[in-house]
Parts: sequence; structure tokens; C-alpha cells
Amino acid sequence: MHDPRAALVRLVRDEGRRVLATLVRLTGDLQLAEDAVQDATVRALEIWPRTGVPAEPRAWLTLTARRRAIDLMRREAARSGKEALAMPDAPEPPETVRDDQLRLLFTCCHPALSHEAQVALALRTLCGLTVAEVAEALLVGEDTMAKRLTRTRQKIAKAHIPYRVPADHELPDRLRGVLATLYLLFTEGYDPIGEPRAALVDEAVRLTRLVRELMPDEPGVLGLLALELLTDSRRAARRDAAGRPVLLADQDRSLWRRDLIEEGVRLVGQGLRHGPDPYVLQAAIAACHAIAPTWADTDWAAVVSWYDVLLDVAGTPVVALNRAAAVAERDGAVAGLAAVDAVEGLQRYPLWHASRAELLVRLGDPVGARAAWDAALALPQEETRAAQLRRRRDATL
Amino acid sequence: MPQYAALIYNRDVDWTRPEFAQETKDYAEFGEATAAILRGGAALYPTSTATTVRVRGGRGGDLVTTDGPYAETKEALTGFYLLECADLDEAVKVAATIPGAWDGAVEVRPVIDFGG
Repeated sequence: MHDPRAALVRLVRDEGRRVLATLVRLTGDLQLAEDAVQDATVRALEIWPRTGVPAEPRAWLTLTARRRAIDLMRREAARSGKEALAMPDAPEPPETVRDDQLRLLFTCCHPALSHEAQVALALRTLCGLTVAEVAEALLVGEDTMAKRLTRTRQKIAKAHIPYRVPADHELPDRLRGVLATLYLLFTEGYDPIGEPRAALVDEAVRLTRLVRELMPDEPGVLGLLALELLTDSRRAARRDAAGRPVLLADQDRSLWRRDLIEEGVRLVGQGLRHGPDPYVLQAAIAACHAIAPTWADTDWAAVVSWYDVLLDVAGTPVVALNRAAAVAERDGAVAGLAAVDAVEGLQRYPLWHASRAELLVRLGDPVGARAAWDAALALPQEETRAAQLRRRRDATL
Repeated sequence: MPQYAALIYNRDVDWTRPEFAQETKDYAEFGEATAAILRGGAALYPTSTATTVRVRGGRGGDLVTTDGPYAETKEALTGFYLLECADLDEAVKVAATIPGAWDGAVEVRPVIDFGG
């Protein structure tokens, strides 16, 4: 299955996305940098199949993109009568390339940009997805996405959103937005019901690791990275042979990635030393599942306790619902149903009704269960989600 | 250096009235504190004094004036500053010290540089 063309495309894309961050710094212009790198990657794909891949593909791409950017700037300068910026021609040391990625990350996640704009721009520039791929990943039409990206780049340019990692005292504030965007990126890729997109998951993990290099002891960063690794450790077990989602309870745990679990658990331990951060708490819950040999052997008392703390620091009705499901495992279906019924504000949330249905089945009440499944399926939701609920209904009734 | 307009939206009142003496003083303090980067600005009388002007039928057409602001809103444009800042982060930081930021809202907009 080795496809040299696909491998080359992947190499050019991986390197191109690192080169882009550098070009943004050199030119101070996101659009110009994107155009120049795009041009360089197209040329690489033309030339490399004939000449072979150069020894330093990134240096080749950087040089080619830089020349192209200079051309474009000269043309612009001639048109507007302004002086073109001078650009140094020395190769970039690795730590500069890393810093460029961080700068670009903080620019993409700037609080003056909407969340939608942040995620779209991060996918386009940091992850190197094409506009069509970004549109597909975010379930938006390609034209709409192209316009959104153009608007976002224009705002960055016209409003002079700076291209830099914020100063130390600003970092905690800015970090929250960065982590939220990375988490969104991860969940976009990890989508529990739709088509999983491994590339997005890998990018989210890569960028979270990058932020961790900047802030090695920040609990939110440790927690998010742990949560991503622990969740992603189940990648191979999350789908059956037909590609349908497999519930956590039914997954083949021998397929879980031990290395990711070990790293995740270690990060949770580090994160907990710095206080109850919501990402660390979610990761702690994921860790309880990751280290349990079977669903039945899960330490449900610990899971419920972590949910109690999470409810305390970042409680939402969905967190309360997940806690209720853990209570059902710890104390039985009667206590679980009482806990689910006590959660308010989720009458429009299909999974609240589905949780009730599952527990009513266990309590030997098929009539009540059917009514609850019907209530869950009557609510507006994505078709993949509805299909999953129907399968559960048919399996349980 | 880029310039930003900081458009202040808040209570549609007559800021010259004596009960707003403290607010007026606060704005004066803001003006002194930011004198180095302040390139202009003005406080506006309430929208009840506004006249909206339109020419119907293209240039040279009929002049139509209406009594009142362009848009009737609860909070109104009550003043603006022109700030010269290195980037948006700095402009936002300065805008956050305009009294209107906690007594309403401040919209920060980059100013077009026509290269004159």
C-alpha cells in the first residue's frame, strides 16, 4: 500500500505548514505568506518527483517561499510606491521554527477573533488543511468558509492583530482561549458519532505539546494534553469492523494504546499538584476508565468523586448527567435514575432521555424505556447520532 | 503607526449636565493620561439633537432630513477618540481605560491609512 505520491504530498504539506509560520513572521502578512508557501509547495510537487526530495526539504521550501514572497512584495511595492521589506536569507534554527508556530497559534487564537474564525484559521494555517478540507471539517460550505477565512485574515491585517506570543503576565488570560480552540480542534477530529478525522486529532495533540513546551507546569495545558492522549488511546477500539461507534463499555481494551495511557496518567498526576483545573479533572475521569481492566472493574467511586469536584469548579447539566451515569454504575440503576431525573435543563438533550431509557431497561420497565427512547429520537439531532440511538434502542428492547 | 477609532456607546444623555460632572472629570483624566497617543476625539450631544441627512435619487437629488439619529438604539454613540497604537492589543488596552468601557461599551475600529 506504499504510495510514493501520497507520501510526497504528506511530506510537502507537513513541512509547508511549518514554513508558513516562519513566512508569516518574515512578511508580517498572513495572506502573502500563504500565497508564497502555496506556490512553493506546488513547485515542490512539480520538481521533486523528477529530481528527488532534497536533503533539507524544509530549507528548500522556506527558500523558495521566501523568494516568491519577495517577488510578491516587490510587485506590491512597485504598485503602491512603498518600499519592500528586506528579508534575511539565513536558514532558520529549529527553536525559531517552533516559536513561529507558537506565535501563529496565539495570533489564530486571539480573543478579538470569534471562536469559529479561530478554529477555521488554525486548521487552515497551523494544520495546513485546504479551504475545502476546513469547510468539510467544520461542516460549512466551501464558499462560506473561503469568505470567513478572508474576513479573518483581513481583520488580522487591518486591525494589526499582533504576531507574537503574549508577555508572561498576559499568558494565563490568553491561554484559556488557546486551550479552548485546541480542545475544539481535537473534538472536531475525534467526533464520537460522525466520521473521525485522525489528522485533526494528531494536529491538536501536536499543538498542545507545543504549548506545553512554552508552559510546562500550567495545569490547564497538562490537563488538556492528558485528556487528549487518554481519549485518543482508544482510537483503534472506538469503531467496529463496519465503522460503527462502539460504546466504552463494549470496547476491546487490548486495542487501547498503553503508551498514551501511561503518559496521560502521568500528566494527570502532575496537573493535580496545581489544583482542580477542569481539564485535569476531565482527564482524571478518563484515566479512571483507561486503567480499568474491564468496564465492571472500573473504580466508579473514584469516577463519581472526580465528577463531584468537576461539578464544583465547572458544573454544567451535561457534567451532572455524566456523573449520574457513574452513580448508576456505583450504586445501581435506581440511584442512577434518581440522579438523572434530578438533572435539570436537559429535556431538549437526546442523551438525557437515552440515559433514562438505558436505566429503565435495567429496572425491567420496557414501557417506560420505549417512551424514553421515543422522546430521545423525537428531538432534532444529527442523523448519525439518531442512528446510534436507534441501534441502542433495538438492542435493549 | 496604525490608528484606531474608539467609538463609545452608552447612555444617551446630555453629558454637559451637572449630574455628570464626575464622568466628565473621568474622561478628562483619560485624555490627560493618554495625551501622547491621542490624535483626536469629541463628546457628542444626545441623539435627540441629531439630524440624519439623505439625498434621494443619487447625487444632486432631493435632500431629505430626518429628526433623530441614524439608528434608534438604547445605547447610542456618545463620543469617540482617535488613538495611535502599535497594534490591536495596545489599542484594546487603552480602550479598556475609557470610562465608557465600564459605563457601556467601546468599539475599536482600525482607521484606513490612505497613505497621504
